[in-house]
Amino acid sequence: MTHSESHAVNTAPPIFEARGLTKVYQMGEVQVQALRGVDLDLYAGEFVVLLGPSGSGKSTLLNILGGLDTPTSGSVRYADHDLSLDDDASMTQYRRSHVGFVFQFYNLIPSLTARENVALVTEIAENPMTPEEALVLVGLGQRMDHFPTQMSGGEQQRVAIARAVAKRPQVLLCDEPTGALDAHTGVMVLDVIARVNQELGTTTVVITHNAVIAAMADRVVYFGDGLVARIECNEHKKNASELQW
Amino acid sequence: MVRALDRKLWRDLWQMKSQALAIALVVMCGVGTYIMFLTTLGALRATQDSYYRDYRFAEVFVTLKRAQETLRQRVQEITGVDQVETRVVAQVRLDMPDFPEPVTALMVSVSDSGRQGLNALHLREGRLPATGRANEVVVSAPFAQAHTLQLGDRFYAILNGRRQALTLVGTALSPEFIQQMRPGSAFPDYKRYGVMWMGRRALGQAYDMHGAFNDLTLNLRPGADSQYVIDRIDDLLKPYGGQGAYIRKDQRSHRFLSQELEQLGILASLFPAMFMGIAAFLLNVVIGRLVAMQREQIATLKAFGYSNLAVLWHYLKMVSVIVGLGIVSGTALGVWLGKVLSGIYMEFYRFPYLKFSLQPDTVVEAALASLLAAGAGTVFAVWRAATLRPAQAMRPEPPARYHETWVEKLGLKRWLSQPTRMIIRHIQRRALKSMLTLLGIAMACGIILTGLFQRDTVSYMVNIQFGMAQREDLSVTFTDPTAYRARFDLLGLPGVQHVEVFRAVPVRLRHGHHSYRTGIRGVEPGGDIQRLLDADLRPVALPSDGILLTDFLAKMLDLRVGDRVVVEVLEGNRPVREATVAGLVREYVGVSGYMDLAALNRFMHEGPTLSGAYLSIDSAQLQSLYAQIKGMPRVAGVAERIQEIRNFNRVMQETMLFFTYVATVFAVIIAFGVIYNSARIALTERGHELASLRVLGFTRAEIAYILLGELGILTLFAIPLGLWLGEWMCYYIAHTMQNDLFRVPVVLVPQTYAFAAAVVLVSAILSGLAVRRRLDQLDLIAVLKTAE
Repeated sequence: MTHSESHAVNTAPPIFEARGLTKVYQMGEVQVQALRGVDLDLYAGEFVVLLGPSGSGKSTLLNILGGLDTPTSGSVRYADHDLSLDDDASMTQYRRSHVGFVFQFYNLIPSLTARENVALVTEIAENPMTPEEALVLVGLGQRMDHFPTQMSGGEQQRVAIARAVAKRPQVLLCDEPTGALDAHTGVMVLDVIARVNQELGTTTVVITHNAVIAAMADRVVYFGDGLVARIECNEHKKNASELQW
Repeated sequence: MVRALDRKLWRDLWQMKSQALAIALVVMCGVGTYIMFLTTLGALRATQDSYYRDYRFAEVFVTLKRAQETLRQRVQEITGVDQVETRVVAQVRLDMPDFPEPVTALMVSVSDSGRQGLNALHLREGRLPATGRANEVVVSAPFAQAHTLQLGDRFYAILNGRRQALTLVGTALSPEFIQQMRPGSAFPDYKRYGVMWMGRRALGQAYDMHGAFNDLTLNLRPGADSQYVIDRIDDLLKPYGGQGAYIRKDQRSHRFLSQELEQLGILASLFPAMFMGIAAFLLNVVIGRLVAMQREQIATLKAFGYSNLAVLWHYLKMVSVIVGLGIVSGTALGVWLGKVLSGIYMEFYRFPYLKFSLQPDTVVEAALASLLAAGAGTVFAVWRAATLRPAQAMRPEPPARYHETWVEKLGLKRWLSQPTRMIIRHIQRRALKSMLTLLGIAMACGIILTGLFQRDTVSYMVNIQFGMAQREDLSVTFTDPTAYRARFDLLGLPGVQHVEVFRAVPVRLRHGHHSYRTGIRGVEPGGDIQRLLDADLRPVALPSDGILLTDFLAKMLDLRVGDRVVVEVLEGNRPVREATVAGLVREYVGVSGYMDLAALNRFMHEGPTLSGAYLSIDSAQLQSLYAQIKGMPRVAGVAERIQEIRNFNRVMQETMLFFTYVATVFAVIIAFGVIYNSARIALTERGHELASLRVLGFTRAEIAYILLGELGILTLFAIPLGLWLGEWMCYYIAHTMQNDLFRVPVVLVPQTYAFAAAVVLVSAILSGLAVRRRLDQLDLIAVLKTAE
């Protein structure tokens, strides 16, 4: 902990502030404690990797940060939003205005082309880039009018990233973005995510259980058993192209 | 022990309980209508048969002027004749206490021996008239009911011009007068027209028929040639003023009853076919989709070593449970509705009893049809899933291929938001399913229209019949053809403002091998009270020569304007002459011929003669007019137009409105069933996609738009299609139901279209709301963790 504090990337106040977060799921008759009291600050513009085994609570935290779920106890704030309130309308508004999501399985709409999948989001955003700009950003300027079924997995994931960043979100949340991809394609996708982080200054949180990816983060948050085990800062971030697994 | 697979079956069913229920409800409607109509029809036919048999309803009827009883033996000797019964029948005027209007009754003699032969009476209360008691009568039960008559009550009748007090000794029903209608009227009016029975000797004495008769009925030996018997009787009775014998098929009450049953038979085949058709379609589509969604489970079962057949059997059992629920509840509903409907008819026809029974065949047919429809959908879907290799089937279905739709290619694309594009591309990709859904909703809409059109049509018919054609306030008929000066007697009555006279002659019209018994009515040209209308409902000018026919009658006799028609007059010395068809008239009730009054008198080789008159009157003087008419012995009957209208409406309402209610309620269930199930299937198919959108920041309303917009579009297209289909079905019903008694025009008022559309819309909205609730419970987190 002290390690991270001494290497604080940012002296400005954190944009995410989580204190004493717990989350208990009722699974039938068993209670599952997914978070057991997490304290964590995230700062504007940083690239954070959440690393940990399945069931360690990292996805639960991401869901809470993304406004998809609420904690059982504890507080979590994004800027001036209280994310621990269970209010569907304001959560929807929060996701709509501030958060970009990238999923393991892309979750593209099959009936819409790449351009239209991005437009789906830009049409409801306040100050978006055009779908074309977003697709050029992820290197898909040539394939805008293809339907998801006409694209490879890596291409689909890049469309998903373009869709996530086109609204110029403050936060980009990626849940296992390379989980369904081979190494070569995975690197390409990570490269795009890193570029978005650098060029747009979007706070980026990537969940993975692939430790190699941690090398490209500003900070790596290790999860274990519903708690933050430790946080490490990378003195020298690697480029995505330098990663191998 | 319950096998695991069977547990899965019950749990799956529980999971999809609301969808299963919606399907079962539709099956229930299909089975219910089928059973309702067939049991009702069966009950009425069985009742009719057994009533006719038990009460020895005659098979040949003839009315004559007067013949000695000795003639009976001659009739009896005709080959093929079995039992013969002679009677005295007279139309009489009644003076009912506390009822100022003139009442007409048909007085029929019954044997003094107390032994009932043909056309036996079913005594409801009391007894038959005692021998030698000239003042005792039995009256028809509905007439007694309408006048709240009790046994022992007295009232007056004018028998052959003499006023006579009568005592009620019994009330009865007769197979001969199931429908009791005044001649010339198409509807019963039990307050103003009734049938009563009096001892033969008493009635004979009153009408100077001692040892004589003026009416004869008989039945035939098995295998007898009825036409031969009729020809012999006509030959035999010609010197006695015989009006032409006719068989049961042409008997008035029987004709009305059998026409009604025939129409019911048409509805009984049409409505259930529509309902079963929709139910079958729905089962096919819905079950097909339900099974398709279990594709991974099917693969897993197969991976464990279950055979295709075992898997198929599993799903067939699941479907049988749903359909079985519909069949059982549909049978119960059908029996209940059948009892209600039969009860309405029994009341209407005054059957002495009702032979209601549920034929097992009917249930088996309905059940088989439902099970087959559902089974077909299941087999197809299971087979598609089961024939895949398990490894392949366990992987999710390959993502659907989408294309730009033709709507977008037309250049409308830039006006369409992404959600709208999703909607129309989805509709296009599942074009067949979308079409079937659209058709199902359209059928529901159409059924409502067919249920309602009879109501619109009836009020239209009332308007035409009584507002444009029969515009008299009162019509008067004389006991016998009367000299023309009677017209001036009528004009002199209190309150009479205008008189138009007519001559009515009973005839049989012949053309080629077609013939039809009806009447020719001679009316005054340029008449304003009674008007004849053409197909465009414009008044027809009466030609000074030739005959006008109801267009339907001309069609029945294969006659065209300018053709010659043979007219066999059925009264007097029964001349047979020819007339030229001078034109056609449009009528919705009954069929007849019309001539200029003078032309008809010439045709009959008679001087200016009348049978009756139409009056327009000052209603303020109605009571004194009635009082005067009651004193005129030669007036046989009086009909008031307003009563005719009431009778018309009452008859229509009793029978028709029931269908309206049933059809509307069932159509609502069907609309709901189709739309709700389509929405649920869409939700299952697209839940993943919609949850992703929610994660991206779409609001509940926005994703509801994407899911329900599709159904909205389908519903909006289905409504006009449904209205068109419904209109077409109305024309079909009207066409198949037209006969010489009624022709039902297809009239649909804008409110009816609006109602049908509104019912479908409301069903759609309710289904939408029901699904919307589920949409709000989408699991947003799960979609991030699963591949589609």
